[in-house]
Amino acid sequence: MSAPGLLALTKLVVARDLRLAVRHWDQVAQPLIFFLIVTTLFPLAISPALDDLRKIAPGIVWVAAMLASLLALDSLFRPDVEDGTMEQWTLSGQPLSVMLFAKTMTHWLLSGLPLVIISPVVGTALGLPSSVWAVLALSLALGTGSLSLLGAVGAALTVAVRRGSVLLALLVLPLEMPVLIFGARAVDLAMQGESVLGPLNLLAAMLLLFASLGPIAMAAAMRISVEG
Amino acid sequence: MWLWFHKLSSPPYAYRTAGNLRPWFFWPAIIMMAVAAYGGLVLAPPDYQQKDAFRILYVHVPSASLSLMVYVAMAVAAAVGLIWRIKLAHAVAAACAPVGAWFTVLTLATGSIYGRPMWGTWWEWDPRLTSELILLFLYLGYMALRASFDDTQRADRASAILAVVGVVNVPIVKYSVVWWNSLHQGPSISKLSAPSIDSSMLWPLLLMMLGFVLYFAAVLCDRIRSEILKRERNASWLSETLVGS
Repeated sequence: MSAPGLLALTKLVVARDLRLAVRHWDQVAQPLIFFLIVTTLFPLAISPALDDLRKIAPGIVWVAAMLASLLALDSLFRPDVEDGTMEQWTLSGQPLSVMLFAKTMTHWLLSGLPLVIISPVVGTALGLPSSVWAVLALSLALGTGSLSLLGAVGAALTVAVRRGSVLLALLVLPLEMPVLIFGARAVDLAMQGESVLGPLNLLAAMLLLFASLGPIAMAAAMRISVEG
Repeated sequence: MWLWFHKLSSPPYAYRTAGNLRPWFFWPAIIMMAVAAYGGLVLAPPDYQQKDAFRILYVHVPSASLSLMVYVAMAVAAAVGLIWRIKLAHAVAAACAPVGAWFTVLTLATGSIYGRPMWGTWWEWDPRLTSELILLFLYLGYMALRASFDDTQRADRASAILAVVGVVNVPIVKYSVVWWNSLHQGPSISKLSAPSIDSSMLWPLLLMMLGFVLYFAAVLCDRIRSEILKRERNASWLSETLVGS
């Protein structure tokens, strides 16, 4: 049996993870439900008046998305490490960074993309005008990719740690703050009718940076986690 | 040329060297800090606008620059340990983290004390304050990750990766916070930047900075020694050294 090329390898990993996700559909839905619940908390805590909510809506959506992405991270590598799949991956002779990158991208398809799709609904509920839907969705699409990649590094580091999920939040949230800043800012600018190119470009730049360096760090971290 | 480097990476040699170097860092640091404190608190004239309140800058500025410097030193040591697999480099990185975190706390605390009379508020979401706070979170995350492993070697390598990732991220955090603030229409007068500083105020500051650096080196020597003691507690050279002396 010949070893598959990188593209074939990526396809294999993506197909496997998608199939797993379809069979555990409830686990995929949980972060999404969490996202909806968190956004519901803010009107309850602050004010039901849409005029009040509109001002902070970009921040609410973004913070909720960040927390939902963090919640989803715990299941990114843990099942595979616990049942030994990850160990086989590290021994397979295939580039671990490519496999983990493919896994992270699939994870984004299942946890980030649903947030992007549902964000106009949440935005509307918080009083965002329909003119900013596109920017909201685009900023989330670019930003949640970065969140997934940064989070995957943290998840790989903490996967072997008992009760690692709180630790994961401690490690990942400070690193993710720039994404939050520019994501929320883009939506804010769109609401004021100003150009959103600046923050969106920066979000895209961060996504590229994390996509190119992140997998290397993920692979190094995963080797340490699996070795022990 | 690399001989000293390899020699230094042997725990017994490093243990002795750190012990020998420590007084050479510690006493000059104490003297410098004392002279600089006298220069800054007594000799320097009060600021024409800020009166005596500006004097906290003699603690604030050196600890702020140290808080960043220590993080970079920690990341460099961690990278050295990761690349060349030198255990001692990991010990250095581990020794850096709590010191750096305390410098960061000191920076935030003195900044806050300075902010109360100057800006009328304990806390201002100023880019520098915010990025310093995020730096503290990075230190705390690093120490939390290190503490969560029982095995020292795994703790070393995992936290080293985090330190390196963090140091790549520090400039991004820094600039994002600066832009975030400028986009939010920050205060029109930059609060911390003095137009220029008189030499009678400047020399104590520079001396204090040097004193802080040497003090950090002295504390680092102590911490490296205790890290080595912890890691090599079963080694035979250690019992020989300790019983022999």
